[in-house]
Amino acid sequence: MKSAQTTPEKPKIAFFDFTSCEGCQLNKLNLENELLDILQHVELVEFREAMDGKADFYDIAFIEGSLSTPTCINRIHDIRRRSNILVALGACASIGGINSMKNLQPIETVRETVYGDEKYRFPTLPAMPVSAVVKVDYEIRGCPMSIPEFLHVLKALLMGKTPSKPDAAVCVECKLRENECLYDRGIVCLGPITLGGCEAICPSFGQFCTGCRGLVPNPNKNAMVDILTQNGLSLEEARKRFLLFNSYNAEGKSIT
Amino acid sequence: MSRTLDLNIKHLTRVEGHGNIVVNVKDGRLERCELEIVEAPRFFEAMLKGRSFHETAIITSRICGICSLGHQITSLKATEEALGLEVSEQTVLLRKLLIDGATLQSNILHTYFLAAPDFFGTTDAFKLIPTNKDVVLRALRMKRLANDIGDIVSGRAVHPITPVPGGFTKLPSESELRAIRQRLIDEGRPDMEATVDTIASVLDAVPDFTRETEYISLSHSDEYAFYDGDIFSSDTGATEVSNYRDMTNEFVVPHSTSKHCKHARESYMVGALARWNNNHTRLSEQALRVAQRLSLKPNCYNPFMNTVAQVVECYHCIEDSIAIIDTLLERGIKDEKPNQQPTRYGRGVGATEVPRGILYHEYEYDRKGNIVSADCVIPTGQNLANIDHDMKKLVPEIIDQPKEMIAKQLEMLVRAYDPCISCSVHVLNVQFIGD
Repeated sequence: MKSAQTTPEKPKIAFFDFTSCEGCQLNKLNLENELLDILQHVELVEFREAMDGKADFYDIAFIEGSLSTPTCINRIHDIRRRSNILVALGACASIGGINSMKNLQPIETVRETVYGDEKYRFPTLPAMPVSAVVKVDYEIRGCPMSIPEFLHVLKALLMGKTPSKPDAAVCVECKLRENECLYDRGIVCLGPITLGGCEAICPSFGQFCTGCRGLVPNPNKNAMVDILTQNGLSLEEARKRFLLFNSYNAEGKSIT
Repeated sequence: MSRTLDLNIKHLTRVEGHGNIVVNVKDGRLERCELEIVEAPRFFEAMLKGRSFHETAIITSRICGICSLGHQITSLKATEEALGLEVSEQTVLLRKLLIDGATLQSNILHTYFLAAPDFFGTTDAFKLIPTNKDVVLRALRMKRLANDIGDIVSGRAVHPITPVPGGFTKLPSESELRAIRQRLIDEGRPDMEATVDTIASVLDAVPDFTRETEYISLSHSDEYAFYDGDIFSSDTGATEVSNYRDMTNEFVVPHSTSKHCKHARESYMVGALARWNNNHTRLSEQALRVAQRLSLKPNCYNPFMNTVAQVVECYHCIEDSIAIIDTLLERGIKDEKPNQQPTRYGRGVGATEVPRGILYHEYEYDRKGNIVSADCVIPTGQNLANIDHDMKKLVPEIIDQPKEMIAKQLEMLVRAYDPCISCSVHVLNVQFIGD
């Protein structure tokens, strides 16, 4: 297991943004109550959204966003080479996320729709998670990433421990919170097959699970199909909904 | 003066997204001066096609994390207009409260974390911790308060959960609203007063520069317009929101993955300063007092003062939030379900004042409630041409200064607009069939 404590001084931490909404980075500035405590234990060396500095080496590099241009590919190789531990932050970096929906259409069509005759001015590739190009040591899922999970991973890495990973479905966490099941209200919810760790935040606020954390390991696809059928809901609708955040993952296309 | 100067500031820091400033002066002649937008395009239009109206706002909120609430509300308004979904007065009040919270959060983030380091002569707000810890703590406290409004009403401040077409999936409790109201009074007001003192003490660092331009914002006869109103131009007056394309006139330029806009002149400005110039008479009393203290006068043609206009708006948002909560508590929170039964299928435009300026979403839905086509015009995209024209006027005025000083002032100028480059590039844009 890799440890973040390779240097006697404070571990050097950096945040990098690729193709994304930068919401995960913003969420860290939203750690208002913990931010100053964190800064006592780490040296923040790069965070373009909030500061000017640059550095040559990182104990922990946090990557936000998916890779979707030739420039992204070069940049991620360069960062990986200079990082001891690399963590993918959020759905875009860990599973491709919402960006990868564009992969469902031919790239030429996508370009033409947005830029017309100027389509070759701006090169674009299918959107990929970071792990498609370089080794990723840890992932923090979710859109946006969950703040408690980020703190959990950061603390573990700073102590030289391996962070534990969630492995139950959102449905399990939702039951623990004693929420009314959205299927009882006739709503297609992806909770049964989606990886938890979010404490079922969306169903707890009355909204369906969008599958933003990707598939749970060994998803019970038959059970999911049964729930949909029992409630008279369409498999096609569930499949389409799953592609919101999971278009990169070919498995996503065959959940039903 | 026959100076030759080459400036290329790559990946400008302390702005949202990726942009470069490029300036070439040869023998005293300005050859090139522009803000290059190099953010990776994301092609949201391609993602939206065929999607259900239940999912539209979930997708468009992901255009930008910083502006997610603004995109979501604008998206919901466009969808509701297209599908003929009426919303209750309670829904409108809660949405206005969310916009106040999001505007407060964003303006505080920009003022303290992105712009203030320039005023204090440092590289980032974290460097201020040893010398001005109270200022940093205050900034964090104010951001937390603003985000808590979002957390209580919408489930979470980044990519909100509860706002859906026709209403909310879950409503805040009266006790939660009462608690946040008390904090707005106990923490919000004193922190705001202290913020005004801090900004007043660094006003000398705001560069003295003016360039009059066209100012465009929403405008409403009864209130300082954020949620509702007509489009208003300082050059040509008011027009309905459905005519937004006549105002934006988007065009592609070679140096930017985001499109540029223009209307009555070569460029126009949107955002806090545009809102101030167009709507200042409808600000709360406290906000107007603060404006006077911070030397913000109508009409102000100094784009660097945009940050000061944001501070003035912060006070307004605090006062307006308290007033909205009072109304909600007086009426009592009614347990309403979202109205999601479409009464028609067609096109709808939504326009909202988000922190960086006026934002438009337009959708067309088919009879199944799925998206046929979509268009978004983002505030930062609308400001890009104006930024270029400001730089073209500013560079000759400061050309005798050392290169680093020129670079710093150009960076400050771009930052003053609080650009959200992710947003501007992540535009979804499609020509409607028959256009």
